[in-house]
Amino acid sequence: MSVLAHVFEQAGLATVGISLVRGQAEAAKPPRMLNVDFPLGRPLGKPNDAKFQASVLMAMFGLLERTDVPVLEDFAQSIQDQSGEAPDSCPLPPRHNPGLPAAIDEARGLRNAYDRNLEATGGRTLVGRIAGVEGIVGLIEQLIEIENGSSLADVGWDPMTTIAVGQDIRAYYEEAGLQLANNTGARQLETWFYHQTETGQLIRRVRDLMKERREDGTAVTYIAPMTQG
Amino acid sequence: MAGDAIIRKNVSGLPSPDLTPTATVLDKPLSECKVAICTTAGLRPAGDVKLWMDTSFTVLPNEARDLQLSHFSPNFDRAGLTADLNTAYPADRLNELVDAGVIGSIATNNLSFMGAQMDATFSAIIQDTGPAAAQLLIDDGVDVVIFTPV
Repeated sequence: MSVLAHVFEQAGLATVGISLVRGQAEAAKPPRMLNVDFPLGRPLGKPNDAKFQASVLMAMFGLLERTDVPVLEDFAQSIQDQSGEAPDSCPLPPRHNPGLPAAIDEARGLRNAYDRNLEATGGRTLVGRIAGVEGIVGLIEQLIEIENGSSLADVGWDPMTTIAVGQDIRAYYEEAGLQLANNTGARQLETWFYHQTETGQLIRRVRDLMKERREDGTAVTYIAPMTQG
Repeated sequence: MAGDAIIRKNVSGLPSPDLTPTATVLDKPLSECKVAICTTAGLRPAGDVKLWMDTSFTVLPNEARDLQLSHFSPNFDRAGLTADLNTAYPADRLNELVDAGVIGSIATNNLSFMGAQMDATFSAIIQDTGPAAAQLLIDDGVDVVIFTPV
C-alpha cells in the first residue's frame, strides 16, 4: 500500500492512507499516513459505528493539506484485539447425529445461524472461494481424510486450494458465530473457532500433521492464523 | 505476546523500496474533490473470487457492496469486515460525507489490490499495475485517493 501511495502521488493524485503497522509505514515512508492502533483487519476501527468510522476518515482528510512529507500521524484512540478471549457466550449446537463425525455434525448444526447472518448482511458472505455453503461439509470430510492419513495430493488440493478451504470453513463458522455470540471483539470469533469448535480444532490438528508430513510450506503456514497455535 | 502483536512484530521493518515521497497539492477545496478508495484487503466482486497473491488490481464499482475477501492471509480479524464492510472499505461513509458536503463526489470505481506482497522489490507495482491503476482514476477525474489496508 505504501508503494502504491508513492506511485499515485507521482502520477498527480493526492493520497492519504491508514497504517495498521507503524514500523512498516516508518520503513516505506509513504507521503501521508494516519497510523491507527486498531486490530488488524479493522482499519476503520469499529464495525457498525458510523460516527467512529467517519472520525477516522476526517482525521485522514486533515492530513491532505500537509506537504511536509512523509507525514505519519497517530490517531488519538486505540482499540486492542482480543486474541485468546472467546466470546463470553457463543453456544455450539448439541450433538444431533452421533453417527456422524463430530465436526460434520457441528457444521450442519450451525447452518441456521449462518443463514440468519446471510439475511442480516443482505446476502453478503465470505464463503465461496472454493465451495459455496453447500460444499462446506464436503470440505470438512476431506480434512478428516487428511487427518486419517491422506495427503493433500490424495484429496486433490494444491497449496492455494488448501488455504482457500481453511478460509471458506472459517468464514462459515464466523458468520454463524456473529449470530450466536454475545460480543465480537477482534479475533474473538477466530479464537472461538480454532479452540472451541470441533472443526477449528480439526484444522489445527491437520495443520500440525501437514507440517510433520512435510507438506507444502505455504499451505502449512496459511491454512490457519499464526496467532492460533 | 499474542494476537496482533505477533503479526506486527513479524512485518515491522520488512524491506521496502527506497522511494522519495512527493506531495501532490490539491488545487481546490476537499468539498469539490472526487475521492476514490484503494484497498489492499484483496476485495473482489462476488462471483469473481480467487485467492490472490499477485500484483494485479481489480475494479470495484462504487455502488457494489457484494464483495468477497480474497486476501490469502488468514492473519487478521475477519469478523469485523464480515459484520460491516465499512470496517475496511468505507464506501457508505464516503457517500455520507458527500451528502454532508465534506467531499465533492465519489469515484465511479474504487480499486482493490492484494496486500502483503511477496516481491520485496515491488517492481511490477512501481512500473506496471500501479501506474495503470493511477491512470484509471485520473481518467475518471479523481483528485484524492484514500488507502485502506487490513
